[in-house]
Amino acid sequence: MELSNRYLENSAGWSAFDQLDSLRREMNRFFESPIEAMPRTLEFFNGWVPVVDLLEDPEKFTVRVELPGMDKDKIDICLHEGALTISGERRIANEDKEVRLYRSERAYGRFHRVLSLPKAVEGDKVKASYKDGILEVTLPKVEEVKPRQIEINAS
Amino acid sequence: MNTISRTEKPQAGTETERTFMTPGVDIIETKDNYLLKADMPGVEKTGVEVLLDKNELIIVGRRPAGAAAGNYVYRESRSRDYRRVFELDPAIDATRISAQVEQGVLTLVLPKAEHLKPKKIAVTG
Repeated sequence: MELSNRYLENSAGWSAFDQLDSLRREMNRFFESPIEAMPRTLEFFNGWVPVVDLLEDPEKFTVRVELPGMDKDKIDICLHEGALTISGERRIANEDKEVRLYRSERAYGRFHRVLSLPKAVEGDKVKASYKDGILEVTLPKVEEVKPRQIEINAS
Repeated sequence: MNTISRTEKPQAGTETERTFMTPGVDIIETKDNYLLKADMPGVEKTGVEVLLDKNELIIVGRRPAGAAAGNYVYRESRSRDYRRVFELDPAIDATRISAQVEQGVLTLVLPKAEHLKPKKIAVTG
């Protein structure tokens, strides 16, 4: 009960204009400050959104995520109530003080993607592999949802 | 020093733009080298080409055209190969460039030419 009250208070206080205003302030700050002074983890621009594909065949679902240059221990995969969550963090490998950065286009920081699976899967048979910078998660479907060929008996 | 600062990105609508995508790149200067790191997820070692043509450095990453594991329910990836062209600064010793690929990241080591490295001169007498 207490929880729902708090939720209502928050939603009443929410205003699209407040959100826009904070976005505008963040943008102003971004353009006014020199690039060197910008922390790479600025709140608003924090994180990245890796590319995700979801494939299906009669037996299973396959999720492919483009995560170049990751340490596989830094990738978290979680399946809960038909939703697959993939999250983690990519850090800058070269934080040596003696280096100079000429160009920085690659994405760093935390990522978090959630995919809702269209059909039930066997949670304990899910497998994941990481090769050439691509995370591949295979999720076998449960028996009931697999398509079944029904033969017609001639009588 | 303004090294490998000019890069060529394919112009919109051209053949190159339709066939390839441009990988994101970091360029870092260390004491002895420049490091160029390009994100090319899905590219194996055998799919990478690094070409040096006069003062142009061309990197190409080809993705294996394997059969997809089923039909796409949802797709964000593009099946194009990667390509990008850089202009090399004369400060780079083009004869000693080396490349390696690890987990979809191509790393090029571009050594600085010997005569341009800072030298310590001992005071004698």
